[in-house]
Amino acid sequence: MAMWLFLGSECLLFGGLISTYMLYRGRHSAELGPDQIFDIPFTSVSSFVLLMSSLTMVLAVSAAAQKDDRRTNLWLTITALLGATFVGGQVYEFTVMYREGLGFTTSLFSSSFYTLTGFHGVHVTVGIIMLMALVGINKRSRVPGDKAEVVEMVGLYWHFVDVVWIIIFTLVYLIPA
Amino acid sequence: MSTTAEHSDHTDVEHGHGHDDHAAHGEHGQHGQHGQHEEHGHKPTSYYVKVALFLGVLTALETATYWVVEELGAFLVPSLLIMMAIKFVVVASLFMHLKWDNKIFSWLFYSGLILAVLVYAAFLATFRFFTPT
Repeated sequence: MAMWLFLGSECLLFGGLISTYMLYRGRHSAELGPDQIFDIPFTSVSSFVLLMSSLTMVLAVSAAAQKDDRRTNLWLTITALLGATFVGGQVYEFTVMYREGLGFTTSLFSSSFYTLTGFHGVHVTVGIIMLMALVGINKRSRVPGDKAEVVEMVGLYWHFVDVVWIIIFTLVYLIPA
Repeated sequence: MSTTAEHSDHTDVEHGHGHDDHAAHGEHGQHGQHGQHEEHGHKPTSYYVKVALFLGVLTALETATYWVVEELGAFLVPSLLIMMAIKFVVVASLFMHLKWDNKIFSWLFYSGLILAVLVYAAFLATFRFFTPT
């Protein structure tokens, strides 16, 4: 119950950030706008990687429900690796944009873009830390309470991060400004 | 997230009590366990792989619109929003197990989402976001 309430409140947080971006996405200079700066094929691959991490997460939840610790740890680790690949892609994307002249304070577009996608990246990073911590305590058999439920809670958070990216990918990257 | 009742059912399944088909679990308990897991939202691996493939195809279609923006014209934004909504609902319902969980969790999650959409639609309308310039 608490987890779902938390996710509901997260919807409001990301709703605010997405709305702010939508409002300011047209406020940029002629040469440093979304049409010039976004690399859609690259971001599509990142999106696909994050989407597949949801698959590996659900397989981890399924393995935990079957009390298969080895497979649970394997899928959790793969999920964390896919998440790290996504975050690495985001760091690369930010670096390229910065080198092209798009800093955080360059325009209202850049500020709202970096804040939105940066917040999402932080959420993914927190998810990776949760996954690796879970693998660590699972290997030591120190998971408190119902292990399957603990894995499911982390899974819910991870899937939420994925559905937020589904929205960001369409509204921010694909719909022309 | 499963209800308490559902978890006690899982425990029964995993310990092999109270269900006739548990004898079919065999050496690893895979077959019968899958049957019981399906009941409570834990589907076999192949099911999740098919869902992920479907999501992957939708992502590819979304990306493909990038190269045919002119051709799609007025259909571009609605088609992208529809594909986004389908992906969202599929992940929330099947991967997050909302389809099989207690409906109160769906209410909590979707009410937060709908509230966010309404509040921020009003916010954007205040700033004349929907007014053509």
